[in-house]
Amino acid sequence: MSDATRARTARPRSPMAPPRSFLWTRRIVLALLTGFVLLPVYVMVSSSLKPLEDVTGRFEWIPSTVTLRPYADIWETIPLADYFANSIVVAGAATVLSVAVAVFAAYAVSRYSFRGKRVFTVTVLSTQMFPGILFLLPLFLIYVNIGNATGLALFGSREGLILTYLTFSLPFSIWMLTGYFDAIPRELDEAAKVDGCGPIGALFRVIVPAARPGIVAVAVYAFMTAWGEVLFASVMTDDTTRTLAVGLQGYSTQNDVYWNQVMAASLVVSVPVVVGFLLLQRYLVAGLTAGAVK
Amino acid sequence: MRRIRAAVTGAVTLSLALTACGGGGGADDGGQAKKTLTYWASNQGSSLEVDKKVLQPELDEFERRTGIKVKLEVVPWSDLLNRILTATTSGQGPDVLNIGNTWSASLQATGALLPWDAKNFDAIGGKDRFVDSALGSTGAPGQDPAAVPLYSMAYALYYNKQMFKDAGIAKPPTTWDEVVAAGKKLSKDGKSGIGVEGSNLSNNIHQVFVLGKQHGADFFTADGKPDFTSDGAVAAVKQYVDLMATHKIVAPGNAEYAQNQSLSDFAKDRTGMVLWQTPSQTFASQGMTEDEWGVVPAPVASGKPGTGTAVNSMVAGINMAVFKNTDNLDGALKFVKFMTSDEEQTVLNKTYGSVPPVKDAQKDPAFSGPSLAVIRDTLASSAAALPQVPEESQFETVVGTAVKELFADAAAGRPVTTESVKAKLDKAQQQMPKK
Amino acid sequence: MTQTAVTPEREPAVRKAAPGGARTPRRSGRRRLALPYVLLLPALLLELLVHLVPMLMGVAMSFKELTQFFIRDWANAPWSGLDNFSVTLDFDAAVGQSLLKSFLTTCQFTVLSVGLCWLLGTAAAILLQENFRGRAVLRTLFLVPYALPVYAAVITWAFMFQRDNGLINHVLHDQLGIGDGPAFWLIGDNSFWALLAVSVWKGWPFAFLTVMAGLQNIPRDMYEAAALDGAGVWKQIRHITLPSLRPVNQVLVLVLFLWTFNDFNTPFVLFGKAAPEAADLISLHIYQSSFQTWNFGTGSAMSVLLLLFLLLVTGVYLLLTTRGRKTSDV
Repeated sequence: MSDATRARTARPRSPMAPPRSFLWTRRIVLALLTGFVLLPVYVMVSSSLKPLEDVTGRFEWIPSTVTLRPYADIWETIPLADYFANSIVVAGAATVLSVAVAVFAAYAVSRYSFRGKRVFTVTVLSTQMFPGILFLLPLFLIYVNIGNATGLALFGSREGLILTYLTFSLPFSIWMLTGYFDAIPRELDEAAKVDGCGPIGALFRVIVPAARPGIVAVAVYAFMTAWGEVLFASVMTDDTTRTLAVGLQGYSTQNDVYWNQVMAASLVVSVPVVVGFLLLQRYLVAGLTAGAVK
Repeated sequence: MRRIRAAVTGAVTLSLALTACGGGGGADDGGQAKKTLTYWASNQGSSLEVDKKVLQPELDEFERRTGIKVKLEVVPWSDLLNRILTATTSGQGPDVLNIGNTWSASLQATGALLPWDAKNFDAIGGKDRFVDSALGSTGAPGQDPAAVPLYSMAYALYYNKQMFKDAGIAKPPTTWDEVVAAGKKLSKDGKSGIGVEGSNLSNNIHQVFVLGKQHGADFFTADGKPDFTSDGAVAAVKQYVDLMATHKIVAPGNAEYAQNQSLSDFAKDRTGMVLWQTPSQTFASQGMTEDEWGVVPAPVASGKPGTGTAVNSMVAGINMAVFKNTDNLDGALKFVKFMTSDEEQTVLNKTYGSVPPVKDAQKDPAFSGPSLAVIRDTLASSAAALPQVPEESQFETVVGTAVKELFADAAAGRPVTTESVKAKLDKAQQQMPKK
Repeated sequence: MTQTAVTPEREPAVRKAAPGGARTPRRSGRRRLALPYVLLLPALLLELLVHLVPMLMGVAMSFKELTQFFIRDWANAPWSGLDNFSVTLDFDAAVGQSLLKSFLTTCQFTVLSVGLCWLLGTAAAILLQENFRGRAVLRTLFLVPYALPVYAAVITWAFMFQRDNGLINHVLHDQLGIGDGPAFWLIGDNSFWALLAVSVWKGWPFAFLTVMAGLQNIPRDMYEAAALDGAGVWKQIRHITLPSLRPVNQVLVLVLFLWTFNDFNTPFVLFGKAAPEAADLISLHIYQSSFQTWNFGTGSAMSVLLLLFLLLVTGVYLLLTTRGRKTSDV
């Protein structure tokens, strides 16, 4: 980050320092939230370092026997690396496509008035209201029939899952982005158009940079939707395309639940995602004006 | 707007046209593909990867002999039934698959599985190669079976030798009274007599079904109507829950167990007994060695297991079915024949710690060891198949839930009476589909 | 929403361009008219394929007798008219009664969960608005529940909520000595609170993220002006931050509501196939009534009723919130 951007991003010191009441509220609330968030994470870390007999026994804050075995065993019990790769590919592709499709749609909704706009927005919204369980079977049927008719393997393949997930996050992404786009002063893209940009030029030169925090938020959302989905993945994948969300259940077999391995594996696969969040931080933080002034 | 409406109508028409021709064969075509079979195996070993390692060499052997390649997928139990359901609906499934044997009649009713008529049985060496009790759990009576038995298991009573010694119990119990008496001796110092999996619906069903038999009650009438509130059924459920509610030989915490925690407790010397099907693998992984536990037939009132009211186990196990849509019926039958051959039966059941449902394979000395002999004899003489009705899975869900809720009551110290049991079972019966 | 430069959409760019475009050839005008549809096309096609057509098929299923006897060829399953609906809506019988109970539980659960998620998310976002040492760390930390795979996170909570071996009872009972004996969290009445805790833990980071992004849209000079007028932090939050967040909140609360109401993964992983009565959320209830009991017709009927209810709630909500917004704009 250049000095200039930092100066723009940093909040000018307010003339009045925050009162003590605010500072104390901040300390207490943030401390409580940190505890709430970290509690299960601590349990995960400590349990992942215990042998299975200890994990299934009474909870102990400090493991009495520390072992790294679970971290070695996780790769043997299930093909964790394959599941991880599947998840990354599926969630990554679904995110990129979903954001791209949503940006165009939101631009249309935010900047144009056209017949059918209300119908479109209402319909898109209503898809969020149908319980997933119910269209699971019909969707499966449709994919199978498309496969039979065209030879496109949508069921059991990553492509089918990508298509499904990108559509899952689409309604909210469109809706959210429309909100962000609406908040961008219209004068900005009008000006761009006066400068000779077409409507698509205005979208990419002005709106997208200005709505970057919103786009990043939507992308994060799309990614996590695909990353965590269990129900559809459980019937739409086979052992070569299985994603982590369902694959992790492999640590709980008919006879045993390998608690320590579930936790170790969860930590291992979550590290890259958390690092990704860390890297996206500054985009989330970069303000509207920072983008718009360019 | 008009355009959107046109698009919607178009898409709907298209999809209806597509579904109208649904249920067709698999996408596989061409000579090469014909040589390949898809096989969904259930998870039998300690992990999916272990299963792959166990099965792959056998499948390679099959390919060497017949030239048919088998594409194996081990499907976790959490997904198996849903996968089968979606496969049934769409017609897009495997060629050969494993099913829990209690699902046989339910899946039979869908018509998605190949019926095992005389001709098909002949192709795999005849029906009389299999043990009768195992055949009893392959579909509704009077119809061609929907599957053939692959691995068999039965319930037995496992006890912790050291804990029995410490409590001064000379002989493992054979009747329910002895179980309660032994349990009371064991239940002290934070330890308890017997473990249950109160929140595991299938396990609850297995136990109350057997107790129902012992009370002379079936949960379905002869013509297949649910009959959950008969005196015998109510007494059976009450007797099971009373292990916790009245006799207090089950620790209240067991009411929430659904992930085999009762086996961990057992291996950790916290409970003295469990009623289970072949748990030796799990005991070992929890750090309990073979000589630390003993096994006897599950209890019956008379102390002598047999048929009728002396039944002491359900017929547990895995069946193998052929998907009717298969485009390689001949290959599929060959594969089933291979998997149910004496040789493979011996190898696979030995590895998985189960008992072969094939008579000749049972003769292998591996199945006469002290722990498996109990299971084998139970299967041969005193095990009964769960009701072979299409509504079996509904039964498991609603009655299993009723038992779970009763355990929750017992654990919370609320009284469990004949009336409260009957009320729960009545509610369960009302949730069964009306016909 | 007074000062931000949201031009009302009644003055669309297209019409603005029209007067100047008197000389523009007609072809270009038509292309302009087509543009929004072209932009929407990919979204529209995807929604049709994955949501709308399956949804219509689902509605059709609710009028069919779709038990295991017919699922193999469901297009030819017998029509059953309104039977599925009358079974689900017969509140005197067990099926209807348990559905009603599950519905009410879900409503209660959703209100609490959404409220808490919003509260925690907004509080954290506002408190982290000023820069201070450790802010970046906390920002990332708070997103951790969101980054963990759902299964892993929820199974960990289930592990913690175990009665005999779990951390929650270890702390509450063994270490703090609260209650007579160790409580059950995964069965019985407490399971509601256990589910709520997990749901909030998992859901609030999303509220946090959204509000945080929304805060970036509030022009800084508003705070500066307020500060010059002598408004303190609390006043600024009340009079600038919260009102400016209204459009973001409108979307956020609705979305949280819909997700929480339809959430399946959390109760499914936490409780397995049969949720305790106190925490029997509608999505799991429908799953039980369709997948587990092989009765997709009844399950579909329940889903259709749910859809109608959610449509109604959303409609009323949007009507109320947008009207509120319009009046405040004036």
